[in-house]
Amino acid sequence: MGILEIKGVNKRFGGLQALGNVNLSVEENTVHAIIGPNGAGKSTLLNCLVGKLIPDSGSVMFAGQSVLGRHPHEINQMGISRVFQTPEIFKDLSVFENVLIPCFAKRDGAFRMHAFETIEHERDIIEQAEAILADVNMLEKRDMIASSLSRGDKRRLEMAMCLVQEPRLLLLDEPTAGMARADTNNTIDLLKQIKAKRNITMAIIEHDMHVVFSLAERITVLAQGTPLVEDTPENIKGHPKVREAYLGEAQV
Amino acid sequence: MDAIILQILNGLDKGSAYALIALGLTLIFGTLGVVNFAHGALFMIGAFCAVALQRLFGLSKTTIDESQVDFLGNPLKVQTPYLESWFGHDFGQALIDWSVPLAILLAIPVMLAVGYVMERGLIKHFYKRPHADQILVTFGLAIVLQEIVKYYFGANPIPTPSPAAFRGSLDFGVLVGFDANVIIYPYWRLVYFLFSGVIIAAVFAFLQFTTFGMVVRAGMADRETVGLLGIDIDRRFTLMFGIAAAVAGLAGVMYTPILSPTYSMGMDFLVLSFVVVVVGGMGSLPGAVMSGFLLGILQSFASMNEVKSLLPGIDQIIIYLVAIIILLTRPRGLMGRKGVMEE
Amino acid sequence: MLGLNRKDTILMLIVIALTLGAPVLLNPFPADSAMAQFNAGYPDLMQRFVIFGILAIGFNILFGLTGYLSFGHAAFLGVGSYAAVWMFKLLSMNVVPALVLSVVVAGLFSVLIGYVSLRRSGIYFSILTLAFAQMSYNMAYSVLTPITNGETGLQVYSNDPQYLLGNGPQVTHLFGLEMRAKAVVEMGGWTFDFSVGYYLAAIMMLAAFYLSLRIFRSPFGMMLRAVKSNQNRLNYTGINSRPYTLAAFVISGMYAGLAGGLLASMDPLAGAERMQWTASGEIVLMTILGGAGTLIGPVVGAVFIKYFENIFSKINEHVLHGWFGWLPDGVEDVVTWILARFVGEGWHLTLGLLFMLVVIFLPGGLVEGGQKLARLLRRSRPDGTTPSNTPAE
Repeated sequence: MGILEIKGVNKRFGGLQALGNVNLSVEENTVHAIIGPNGAGKSTLLNCLVGKLIPDSGSVMFAGQSVLGRHPHEINQMGISRVFQTPEIFKDLSVFENVLIPCFAKRDGAFRMHAFETIEHERDIIEQAEAILADVNMLEKRDMIASSLSRGDKRRLEMAMCLVQEPRLLLLDEPTAGMARADTNNTIDLLKQIKAKRNITMAIIEHDMHVVFSLAERITVLAQGTPLVEDTPENIKGHPKVREAYLGEAQV
Repeated sequence: MDAIILQILNGLDKGSAYALIALGLTLIFGTLGVVNFAHGALFMIGAFCAVALQRLFGLSKTTIDESQVDFLGNPLKVQTPYLESWFGHDFGQALIDWSVPLAILLAIPVMLAVGYVMERGLIKHFYKRPHADQILVTFGLAIVLQEIVKYYFGANPIPTPSPAAFRGSLDFGVLVGFDANVIIYPYWRLVYFLFSGVIIAAVFAFLQFTTFGMVVRAGMADRETVGLLGIDIDRRFTLMFGIAAAVAGLAGVMYTPILSPTYSMGMDFLVLSFVVVVVGGMGSLPGAVMSGFLLGILQSFASMNEVKSLLPGIDQIIIYLVAIIILLTRPRGLMGRKGVMEE
Repeated sequence: MLGLNRKDTILMLIVIALTLGAPVLLNPFPADSAMAQFNAGYPDLMQRFVIFGILAIGFNILFGLTGYLSFGHAAFLGVGSYAAVWMFKLLSMNVVPALVLSVVVAGLFSVLIGYVSLRRSGIYFSILTLAFAQMSYNMAYSVLTPITNGETGLQVYSNDPQYLLGNGPQVTHLFGLEMRAKAVVEMGGWTFDFSVGYYLAAIMMLAAFYLSLRIFRSPFGMMLRAVKSNQNRLNYTGINSRPYTLAAFVISGMYAGLAGGLLASMDPLAGAERMQWTASGEIVLMTILGGAGTLIGPVVGAVFIKYFENIFSKINEHVLHGWFGWLPDGVEDVVTWILARFVGEGWHLTLGLLFMLVVIFLPGGLVEGGQKLARLLRRSRPDGTTPSNTPAE
């Protein structure tokens, strides 16, 4: 029984079958990659997990509870954090405030009327935030406005914002899309560190085979909205159906 | 039945004005992505084109008629409009009488120029700014335009009659088989309705059948792609702004016999026209036109005595009420595309 | 002090000093001098400064922090005034119940409007609030005439019940202290008015300012800024942004209600024109002009607008001729003619231009403009040292 259980999920957009009978199980403490050519339904699947889309049928269970019909913030509070394709951060806030917000969200829940408390007095939260910034080597940048960070730093900040919540499942949507090779390698290293240090469950949607094979322990190949095959990276590499559907064009 | 027809007719002229203003607002919003709070002021400037022409035509030469005396026994001063002395009495009088429709000829160049200056001088710099900034700067512009007009023309409504030929009413009831005097409809309102129909048709035909219109429509759908094709879209959009201004201006010119223009009329119409745009769907031209007429007619029904006695004050708030319900149940409006300005 | 850090305490103390000293500070010119017309230290005007200051501080909590641009905030001002006048009519001329009710009613009203309007964002939110405000305005003139007294405006009549009046004063008062009462102090050529009404309103504004300072520094305030910055990320961070924005909307609505109640307390009248959308536009202008999102900006904007409204409305062509009499005749005529368009009746023209100029050239408002100027001056200091704003970490 995995921490995330997707069963029989279907989603149509007008005449297009975006997802057709998707069954998928993500085991706890593994890095599970979901790959597939463009239009395979990877992003649609991800959006179904975080509450942005609701599948037409099927079930999505996280740690024994259904996520369907819940708002994004509720799903996050259940323990699913998400890293976006282009880093989504609070660009007008300082780096420090960017990590303070998830700290408050973790401690106080989705809403609390803390209008007469002062941030400076929240020692625990401040320590937490400083610790995570130190973890991603950004402590010296804490007072910078987030929009002035380099792209790589934005990615690390977003990662820190997700990690400080100690999610049970981290969803990564093409975390290296559009990055130069050096940045991509940095991101891979960062993710490996995170994995080593925190032993976190991750589901990665990725296009870049280099990233996938550097990180993943399980791989699911999606094609035309349906899982084609699920296996270990070694077996996936040699799988004829996969080569035909996807890898042939990617030159592994 | 006759009451219903009467209310529909009564709603048409106001609906026409809403539709024309909303059409311009939508064109500007759809092509330039700008929320123009000064659009009501353009309607008002159009109306004052009619006032200006009326005044211009009324300029008179004073002559002294020795053969007549006034009540003080002095020789009578006679005011003769220059138009009469130039073109003869009959034709001069006819020109004065027809000053409102003739003001269209004045309004077109004036509005195009105002639109051009506005777009190049101000709006252009706001394409990439947040919508809040666009709202605020055009709101400021609206106040400025309104105050300038107030300075020249005063604060009081200025009566601008329609040509004498249209001052009567059409007994519409008789035409469709009701008794006489049941459904009467002033000629000028009929003219206004037909006029707006022509303008709306012209705008649609223009967008549908010209290359220019095709580019504009493509730009409304996806501005970036069209820009990538190497088409100088900015210049076309400037012209589009001018056209939207002209449409609002013409709507204003012809509305003057129905409502004596005041400097503040633009604001009143603007708020309602925005509501019309939202109900029709931001970025949808047919939606703007349709909801303009729809809300005009709805408002006219709400002001029936039977309705008012049932729901007092409903005529004052019906449009807002409809807008709120529409926005909450169907945020993209009646005919809006998905994704336009949802965030 | 009071949960503020050192910098904020200093800011708070400065604001307190300026507000309490206003009757003196705003009267720099002797009463009989030619410049006396530029004095602003009389109760009526100073009351407007602080009352509109409250309004703008409240609006800033919504617009400055969350970025939600309400174009209907004047509705809450109007509702607050109506509520206050009704308290005068039903109970007595004591302002306490009036102020309490105006805040409560405006709060309830803003829960209703906010709940509906906040389901949409961006321009839709602006238009929804505008529609609600226009609707309220229209209703105040029509259906609700029994409550609002229509075009005449709501006021206190001698045959009103006033159940608690007894032998109390017939004018608005705070437990017997009449609002219009004032102590006049003459010092040399100077005259200073210390009025009860002003100090009541001033204390209210200081409380309002302190509250907004606390909100700005609180986790709640940070969440509101996060809404403006990236609402999507906020939701994916486990925060439900809806109650946050609604709370901000209601708080700012209650501020507006308090301002409306205070207006009625100074002059027990309430009219629907207070709710018109041009009034809402003025609130937006004050906030933007001073600097949306800054602490002190809205107050600066409110004082600026109300001061120049007052001064500009008083100046006429005659006064201008007096000023520019030293110019050659032809030049003088041209100068006075041009300037005359912007003063007196032309104040609204100035206001509109100001609106445009601020949005075009100074989107951060006067406060940001001042900071830029200060930075520029510091940079051009001869020794070339540039003190850094950010503390070294």
